[in-house]
Amino acid sequence: MADRQAEAEQKEMPIAYELAKRQKEISVAEFFTKNRHLLGFDNKRKALLMAVKEAVDNSLDACEEARVLPEVSVEIIEIGEFKYKVIVEDNGPGIVKKQIPNIFAKLLYGSKFHTLKQARGQQGIGISAAVLYAQLTTGRHAKITSRVSKKEPAHYYELGIDTQQNKPTIAKEETVEWAKEHGTRVEIDLEADYIKGSQSVDEYLKQTAVINPHVTIIYQPPKGEQVIFARGADTLPSQPQEIKPHPYGIELGMLIDKLRWTESRTLQSFLTSEFSRVGPGTAKEICQHAAVLPNTKPSEVSRDMAEKLIQGIQKTKIIAPPTDCLSPIGGELLQKGLRKEIKAEFYCSTSRPPAVYRGNPFVIEAGIAYGGEIPKEEKANILRFANRVPLLYQEGACAMTNSIMETNWKAYGMQQSGDSIPFGPVVIVVHMSSVWVPFTSESKEAIAHYAEIIKEIKLALQECGRQLGSYVRKKTRISQQIERANMFEKYIPEVAESLSVLSSEKKEKILQALQKMLVKPEIKKEIIEMEDADDKLYRMDFKKENEKAREEAG
Amino acid sequence: MKKQEKKPVKELENFGKKLVVDIEKGRNPTIEFSLRSLSNVVFDEKSKTLGLGDKTQQRTFFNVGHAKKFLQTLEVAKVSKTLLDVGKHASLRDVFYMAKRTLPSSNINIVDDQSESDNAIEDLELITDCSREQLNINANKMGSVAGNVVIEDSGDSINWAKLGSGGWSIPSNVENIEFKSVKAKYVIYMEKQAVWERLHEDKFWEKQNCIIVTSQGQTTRGIRRLLQVLNDEHDLPIYVLADFDPWGFYIYSVLKFGSINLAHMSGTMTLQNAKFLGVTADDATNYDLKKHFIKFKDVDLTRLKQISGYDWFKKNKAWQRQFKMMKDFGAKLEIQALSSKGITFISEKYLPEKIRKGEFLD
Repeated sequence: MADRQAEAEQKEMPIAYELAKRQKEISVAEFFTKNRHLLGFDNKRKALLMAVKEAVDNSLDACEEARVLPEVSVEIIEIGEFKYKVIVEDNGPGIVKKQIPNIFAKLLYGSKFHTLKQARGQQGIGISAAVLYAQLTTGRHAKITSRVSKKEPAHYYELGIDTQQNKPTIAKEETVEWAKEHGTRVEIDLEADYIKGSQSVDEYLKQTAVINPHVTIIYQPPKGEQVIFARGADTLPSQPQEIKPHPYGIELGMLIDKLRWTESRTLQSFLTSEFSRVGPGTAKEICQHAAVLPNTKPSEVSRDMAEKLIQGIQKTKIIAPPTDCLSPIGGELLQKGLRKEIKAEFYCSTSRPPAVYRGNPFVIEAGIAYGGEIPKEEKANILRFANRVPLLYQEGACAMTNSIMETNWKAYGMQQSGDSIPFGPVVIVVHMSSVWVPFTSESKEAIAHYAEIIKEIKLALQECGRQLGSYVRKKTRISQQIERANMFEKYIPEVAESLSVLSSEKKEKILQALQKMLVKPEIKKEIIEMEDADDKLYRMDFKKENEKAREEAG
Repeated sequence: MKKQEKKPVKELENFGKKLVVDIEKGRNPTIEFSLRSLSNVVFDEKSKTLGLGDKTQQRTFFNVGHAKKFLQTLEVAKVSKTLLDVGKHASLRDVFYMAKRTLPSSNINIVDDQSESDNAIEDLELITDCSREQLNINANKMGSVAGNVVIEDSGDSINWAKLGSGGWSIPSNVENIEFKSVKAKYVIYMEKQAVWERLHEDKFWEKQNCIIVTSQGQTTRGIRRLLQVLNDEHDLPIYVLADFDPWGFYIYSVLKFGSINLAHMSGTMTLQNAKFLGVTADDATNYDLKKHFIKFKDVDLTRLKQISGYDWFKKNKAWQRQFKMMKDFGAKLEIQALSSKGITFISEKYLPEKIRKGEFLD
């Protein structure tokens, strides 16, 4: 009896054990293989853009870090039906041999994720995701050439990704002759589609040239002629400094992690060494507000205490984070960028002082180009940028778009119905620089709606809007003046005719005398330089008189 | 050319010549005339009429605010001169169409709306000191008259008693008619054509020995002139019969004291002896008409307030009493309400009784 029972028990092992046999670690690479849309590779057209974008972003970041004026060439070649080869080559510092496979063929590998500093790339997914996508769609390896100095040879790799282990597979590795002294060349074959338009590679590169006036891009599209976006400024943006996180931006999980790994031996020294803007005094104050002793060992801080610490931080007044971690483009350069890529008649720009959201410093810049060759009867063209990278997708979900819609453009001479994108010959640029740009998704296409950010964007738009408004008004005034002068030219023959009938004088004689008067300076002044206020007054008078006439008529 | 047309022609010529002199001397051509706006309308307590004050306005050509009106003024002056030269008359509407055209290669019209040409014509009256009629511009004919009167008009002899059911239709310019015989004791002027037809059908004018006159709505200049001549030259009292509402009161007010718009013409237009016969607030009570009241709308009340505030009504207790009663009723009454007492009630009872008793407002 007991035996049978034991046997049964043995047979009926909990199902969980059975399930456990199938449970195993999922590699990041494998995860993204199945969820490619999370990285922006959701369709063929976008895939082409993403591959170019990731490679160019990396090139520009590398050049700037090495203080080299970037010169990037982009070439797209159609190699088959929906198959394209993307070649991006830069004059950057190059990559040391042993890092090449990891950088290009290992997901989540990079130098930027762990630092708080303004950069284009952040997560270290970008370029390796493109390599992974290429491997999935064409089975081809990425071909990388890189050289760090003329004293060293150029290294050439053909790389793939082992998706199971998220590790590079090296298909070929050699040193090659390369004319460039330093730089990197990436060649990827992928399934893609080349379509022009607002979300195309062409548009992306043009906008990149707008927001990075110090960059030269040589672009060979699959069809048509080579395009050169020449640089318009010879100064590199200032090199952003790395900063520690500001206490206001810290979240519980991050705090617990930091507490576990810190080398500090007291809570007070942990706070001062791991965070920016926290000195011993502020650290003590935080502890006091959290009711935790400053000399507690960080490793002994419990989850409850950590939570109290967060509350303590919120109660403590801490000065805003330093802003030298940011490298805004600056109003003047932003305007230069606009001038060189957009043919308009009026440009203006502004750069806001740094502000802070959740402990992260950021700067909003805005620019406007008006008139000229910009289409008149269309919606305003919105160019959104985050850390000097154009945002082409998800316009509707972006805080920048929202802020534009909520700004009253009628006041600045544009047409607008309700809270919508204004109409008129205008290009509106918004740029956010931050150590941590809050995107709504990993494909980095839309800025999240933080009140502090929206407020800054609106202020920047208003500053530009006012300049635009005064230009538009001036322009209208001048065209009205011309219209007025024309009006008198049309009136003169009529007046001459009437006066001739009344006085029996020759019409020709009166006509000529009147035309002569038209060019006299005091008359010119009278008819042309009428203030708007007078005009309004006149119209009001006229309206009143008409009303009166109607009233009299019963 | 007839003698009387000489003055307007001369005035128009002078007007044009003065401007040509301005232009020849290189001065900005300028027209100066009395300011025709409410701020320059004054009520003369002595003559009991509205008139224009001393303020003048200037209209210069090379001025963005004035240019269009300057052009319009000259345009109607030209039209008037042309009419006078060929001895033709045109209506206000005709003048509007004669002036309405688009300037070559532009989208500017000399006039867009008849109110613009009408205004320019009224300005021209001030500039030339000639009435619209003297400038050969007439309003539309809009009135009828009947009574024991014989006149001569353009060489034709006309007997107002023998013109059938329509009566004599009053031309807009009555300056040239001559009265041959006038057999009447008084004149009744009424707002409503329909009431006039009623009285005419009942031969009221024959039975009561009077003259009955009507226009549609606001009294035209021709009728006002006609009434003035009958009053001044033939000593006939003028009685006004209008609806019991602010608009009816206003018709009386314009007739008696002049209008703001035509303050410059008051001398030849006002009828200081006109009396308001009805319909009054007392009639509503005396003749049991309250059941025919029409409720006031907001506009009626606003208008009543305006009228009761006019200088010439302010100190008139009888009128203020009417205004107050109307306000208390919060309602108005049409003349035709009298027909509820019988179709001939108005001609056989109401009017004879009121005139006999002298029941009117001054």
